Amino acid sequence: MMEITVFLRVNFARPLVLAAGFALLNGPAFGQAARDYISIVGSSTVYPFATVVAEQFGRTTDFKTPKIESTGSGGGLKLFCTGIGVDHPDVTNSSRRIKASEVEMCAENGVEQIVEVKIGYDGIVLANSTETAVLELTLRQVFLALAKDVPDPGGARKLVPNPYQKWSDIDPGLPAVRIEVLGPPPTSGTRDAFAELAMEGGCKTFDWIKAIKSEDKSRFKAICHAVREDGRYIEAGENDNLIVQKLRANPDALGIFGFSFLDQNADVVQGSIINGSGPTFDAIADGDYAVSRPLYFYVKKAHVDAIPGIREYLEEFTGERAVGQEGYLADRGLIPLPEDEYEAVVASVRNLDNLSLAAN
Amino acid sequence: MAATGPSSTETLERVRAGLAARYRRERRFRLFGAASAILGLLFVLMLFVSIFSNGYSAFWQTQVKLDIYFDPEVIDPGATGEPQVIGKANFDKVVRGALYDLFPDVSGRQERRDLKRLVSAGAGFELREQVLADPALVGQTRTLWLPADDEVDMLVKGYIDRDLPEASRRLKDRQIAWIDALAEKGLVERQFNAAFFTTGDSREPELAGIGGAIKGSFFMLVVTLILSFPLGVAAAVYLEEFAPKNRWVDLIEVNINNLAAVPSIVFGLLGLAVFINFFGLPRSAPVVGGLVLTLMTLPTVIIASRAAIKSVPPSVREAALGVGASAMQTVFHHVIPLAMPGMLTGAIIGMARALGESAPLLMIGMIAFIVEVPETPLDPATALPVQIYLWADSPERAFVERTSAAIIVLLAFLLVMNGLAIWMRKKFERRW
Repeated sequence: MMEITVFLRVNFARPLVLAAGFALLNGPAFGQAARDYISIVGSSTVYPFATVVAEQFGRTTDFKTPKIESTGSGGGLKLFCTGIGVDHPDVTNSSRRIKASEVEMCAENGVEQIVEVKIGYDGIVLANSTETAVLELTLRQVFLALAKDVPDPGGARKLVPNPYQKWSDIDPGLPAVRIEVLGPPPTSGTRDAFAELAMEGGCKTFDWIKAIKSEDKSRFKAICHAVREDGRYIEAGENDNLIVQKLRANPDALGIFGFSFLDQNADVVQGSIINGSGPTFDAIADGDYAVSRPLYFYVKKAHVDAIPGIREYLEEFTGERAVGQEGYLADRGLIPLPEDEYEAVVASVRNLDNLSLAAN
Repeated sequence: MAATGPSSTETLERVRAGLAARYRRERRFRLFGAASAILGLLFVLMLFVSIFSNGYSAFWQTQVKLDIYFDPEVIDPGATGEPQVIGKANFDKVVRGALYDLFPDVSGRQERRDLKRLVSAGAGFELREQVLADPALVGQTRTLWLPADDEVDMLVKGYIDRDLPEASRRLKDRQIAWIDALAEKGLVERQFNAAFFTTGDSREPELAGIGGAIKGSFFMLVVTLILSFPLGVAAAVYLEEFAPKNRWVDLIEVNINNLAAVPSIVFGLLGLAVFINFFGLPRSAPVVGGLVLTLMTLPTVIIASRAAIKSVPPSVREAALGVGASAMQTVFHHVIPLAMPGMLTGAIIGMARALGESAPLLMIGMIAFIVEVPETPLDPATALPVQIYLWADSPERAFVERTSAAIIVLLAFLLVMNGLAIWMRKKFERRW
């Protein structure tokens, strides 16, 4: 037993005590004195694009491949804004623009200089199985089908709980099948964007609701963004592949997901035409398709020369080869920026311009 | 005896009358039991069949045979032989050249682009590695099997319906014609996908592998085993052999049993708060994953170890004490060796559970895209279940079979571990 205790003391106890001591002395710096790879967090919508760039970057340069965590836009910005230093991520991807409150939170923690990079657009599609006919909808019909409360069908200026059970209840020209829409849960950025672009877009077509916007913005939002909870809208989780599979099994249902999944599964699902324009690559790029949103990533300026490779990663991500009209991200379903917008992004990345929320 | 005679026949008759019903009841009961067992087996079978039928094809990868001319003009125009120059060379152009040679009549930008897409984007990387390893290749021609693009792979494996209109396929008619032409010449072949087991993640399905995830899981399990087994055994020995029987010890016992039932995500939150935010250990590192899984498996190990120690008969302890052994000698010389098989079984089952766990890893940043295979437990890494989760959410069709293949590998590891536990129990267990 003597030997064992001596052994313990020599081989285990000392390093453990030392390690504990170091941890207490150095605080959170222990174990991560330097980092030789870029740490990226953020949106699960941008994840499939950012990972492709990161892989290209890792394979064609001498830098290590960046690590990309899929945390969601909000979660990513929260991590991003926790501070400056190797313990904190350098880049966060986002499927929506950073909010003023988040910029403030960043500034409070010392993250004052942020570079914003807009990488392109993503279309949100309403798709059904290829076994049935393509649906032709207007945003107004989408709103009426999915909102929690809708304007009284009788014409009075009041809201009633959504009475529509079949598509044909909304418009006799639509098929007489039950409304059944599979979509992402409220935690998802796709859902936020869908509420903002599609639901609000349809909601605004009622003049008296639109008038509320200038009076009471939060009430307007509550009316337009609330999705019905009577089982006609089914939260199908964040996994878009699962929604595609469910649409195949149930031809009457519609699904809401990103354009890249439609692009990859064009043999099984088809995108509905919205306001006269189908979700094709060109229609989204031209802005004809109503439900599309910009994608971004944000970089900490203070990290640019501290962590090796950030400058080169920015160069790769904003290069013609990646986000250009025929770049490899377009192959993955990212809709490239129009020429003039692209030039502006490249210029601002080259100068590492500070983010200003006042612009666009 | 005589007095009980009539009543005894009466009883006998009553028993006989009910006998058939009793047998029936027993048969029914047995049938219900068998039916539940069969139902359970059927579900397992269904799982296995669906996963295997989806996933087995991922162990083979379509390869294209190309005559690659390592053109010095492209790779190293100045004949410098410097790795920096070679590393930056455009190896895609080398691959393209070989394809254009095979189909000399293909012209036009779009058509050539389509032709180039038949071969994986990883082919260029592969050539780069080869030339960097052996610069003498420059200027020579080699016949090499290079990975085909994932769309081609899907077509060759029959996952893409050729009869669909061109617009709803990802492969164009002319690309299919080229593939068929290559296949006729014997230049397209399905080969064993060894890279799947050695490489890290990739966004190109044909390049993606679970090597990084296996290594990440391995590091985590090593950390977990090193920490949870000695700690668990020590705690169990103390509680069983030395602890006084009082209210405090009862409280500890209740809490250990409680911990075993706590959802694993809670341990992830704890790990985030303690190991990453307080001790400042790196995010996404297997060492943190191992620490979190240790917290999770510790109660399991303690409970199993206590049961094993309890099953050692008191006579063994009394005999040891009787011949003059100290309490500690009794424990180390007799109780622990006899309880070891049970404790190891508990540890292995706890580790198997830890291997399949992904929820706590979410909180500590291990759900991430990591291409490089980790070298040490401090490098960023993923784990097997995490890799499955990430692939299941990828838009590319070819990731469906990769996901199932990764599940097969995970199931194989679990089977081996659980099998080992049963084998050890059978081999070393002693009945008293």
